[in-house]
Amino acid sequence: MVHCLDWPVVAAGVPLDEPAAVLHANRVVATSPAARAVAVHRGLRRREAQARCPSLIVLDHDPVGEARAFEPVLLGVEAVTPRIEVTRPGRCAFPTRGPSRYFGGDTALAHRVVDLVAQVLDGRGEVRVGVADSPFAAALAARGDRHDRDDRVTVVPSGGDADYLAPFPVAALDRPDLTDVLVRLGLRTLGAVASLPVGDLMARFGWEGERAHRLAAGCDDRPPATRRPPPDLEARIELDPPADRVDQAAFVAKRLADQLHDELERRGLACTRVAVVAETEHGERRERLWRHEGALSVAAIADRVRWQLAGWLQGGTAVRPTSGVAVLALVPDEVVPATGRQLGFWGGQTEAAERAIRALARVQGILGSGSVTVPEQAGGRHPGELVDLVPAETVDLALRGSRTPPGPGEAPTAAPWPGRLPPPSPAVVLVDPVPVTVVDRLGEPVGVSGRGLVTAAPARLSRDGGSGVTIDSWAGPWPVDEHWWDADAHHRQARFQVVTDDGRAHLLVVESGRWWLEATYD
Amino acid sequence: MVLGSTAEAAPSEEWPTEASSAAERSARRATLARVAEQARPVVLAREQRLPVLDPLAPLLPEGGLRRGAVVGVEGNGATSLLLSLLAGPSAAGSWVALVGLPQVGLAAAAELGVVLDQVAVVADPPAAGWSATVAALIDAFDVVALTPVAGRPQQARRLAARARERGAVLALVRGRHRWGEGPDVRLTVVDHHWQGLERGHGHLRARRLTVAATGRRDAARPRRASLWLTDVDGRVTAAPEPVTALRSAG
Repeated sequence: MVHCLDWPVVAAGVPLDEPAAVLHANRVVATSPAARAVAVHRGLRRREAQARCPSLIVLDHDPVGEARAFEPVLLGVEAVTPRIEVTRPGRCAFPTRGPSRYFGGDTALAHRVVDLVAQVLDGRGEVRVGVADSPFAAALAARGDRHDRDDRVTVVPSGGDADYLAPFPVAALDRPDLTDVLVRLGLRTLGAVASLPVGDLMARFGWEGERAHRLAAGCDDRPPATRRPPPDLEARIELDPPADRVDQAAFVAKRLADQLHDELERRGLACTRVAVVAETEHGERRERLWRHEGALSVAAIADRVRWQLAGWLQGGTAVRPTSGVAVLALVPDEVVPATGRQLGFWGGQTEAAERAIRALARVQGILGSGSVTVPEQAGGRHPGELVDLVPAETVDLALRGSRTPPGPGEAPTAAPWPGRLPPPSPAVVLVDPVPVTVVDRLGEPVGVSGRGLVTAAPARLSRDGGSGVTIDSWAGPWPVDEHWWDADAHHRQARFQVVTDDGRAHLLVVESGRWWLEATYD
Repeated sequence: MVLGSTAEAAPSEEWPTEASSAAERSARRATLARVAEQARPVVLAREQRLPVLDPLAPLLPEGGLRRGAVVGVEGNGATSLLLSLLAGPSAAGSWVALVGLPQVGLAAAAELGVVLDQVAVVADPPAAGWSATVAALIDAFDVVALTPVAGRPQQARRLAARARERGAVLALVRGRHRWGEGPDVRLTVVDHHWQGLERGHGHLRARRLTVAATGRRDAARPRRASLWLTDVDGRVTAAPEPVTALRSAG
């Protein structure tokens, strides 16, 4: 496994000693070492990252550009072995049996690859190589998370995968929910997971547990049901006229991916590794293997075709073909029985959420940023404070769908707020409270004494000097004295609920003798 | 475990072997499909109808919000009625957008059952971008709640057509302006009564509404329902009166 560190940052051409971060969907996905030194790491939101490092260079996620920049590296590695498999730009793997024999051992092979790639990268980025029996161990070895930071090559001796993996934390499995539960059960390392009987893990976690055990024990990462596809399963299309530009070919690629996906689905298969073959009129051919964890969806396949073509058609003069792409073929290399689309147990809503995110991005483009808000549960004693509206761009919308909502009749916030109005909450909360006049039977203004007693029963409610409506029933005052420690924010109010003779119910607030209509129970 | 009689034959179901014939396999597949049909999750992405809370079902044709319909609510209590209409689809997983309704109390929405995690609010779109905003939201959200703005009737017709095409429901809260030719389903609150507030004590506890539904096409038959919105437990429940469907005059 060849791993180019921080590839998105390197591909963007930013020198590694400057703090930079690549953002996708408002979250940091890659950082430069200088950024990591100031505690900007993956998973932070944009604002947090910028708060931690104001001089941070912020880049947008650009998979096409990354693939394009990765192409020369792949060409370099191809000098060693023809059969490279790309997981994503910045990371590729190949089986070492043949080349290792040729170059005289795993270590020698690894060093050769490091030299080749370092030559291509020319100091712009760092590369690490990990060699192990299983791809999972090789990936962890290539990341170099453990010791030996100065050694760019980590070779795990054959058969020693389980021992190598044992001290790694379970977070390396990259399944946050499962990791959470495992840690709470006291299983903190992969070694602990591997030492459990696989039957028990399966009984508790299902196939996730089986996978975790398989990986921790250093067995093959491929699910056991992988097999070679039937040989006639290939989606192929001839482009006439040949496509010179990536977007032309990408459009066709989407159709091709759809076709392949339908074919596979008819046979009940899903593809985990696909070979993308592109040929030009003059016979130049570029074939590359792409692997994806889990099954490759239509969009994923189309993306990878686009990356590959971007790398080829837009690469340097040495790389670029002499004519347009005339033939595109997709050959599934490894298939598994399709388990069908998985609906998340708690309403896995990612597709709906993603559509919503795209629509909201469009609306923000039309109306400007900050125009779209989403509710966030806050807390407070006033109906307008219970739920806050925050700009949509500061929130990860896809994540929200997985939270368990409170049941009907329950208030949004679970924290106690003494002095809060009891439910039901009003359906209309005025953004700016409206001044009103409340008078009693005799027409005198109603007030609330310092001890919280109302001076007279409110009888009439009027607004803007109109004649007003009769108050049928009322209750209050419910005093609230907030922020007494802050001279500016201090306010003492009393709330009243009233029902007027037209059947409407309102929430009135009196402060310093002035009455306001705060909300209507519409 | 049922103790069978001795005459009961040995179980005919055997574990499937490789030698099972094609006919047996297809028979088993058919059984599996039938079982899958029954065990299917309740929400399918493109159901023709969005589910609503049970007490509201008698008001709508075929007991649900037809995708692409335009629903209007009016009367005293319209906002709460609107929010309770949104609660059904929201709890079933739909995303809801609120456009031009800056005063909606979201705490009330949450209490009625709207899932706040699936709500987006465009509080105050300027008149110039209103139509484009609603159109963009219709593309992705299952329900778009809005209040009509002054505009040409073609605008309303175009948006309604787009909603029909994308399968979104437009929920209108009656404001100062009319919506084109009127909504497909019109819900009007004809009677309302708050309980819990006395003279000088108590607090608002429960509200009983009577809602009349009319409309066009399949909603043309007038319907009526009484419901607690909300009852003392904060839920939307049906009031004991039976639903009466009035015979249309003439």
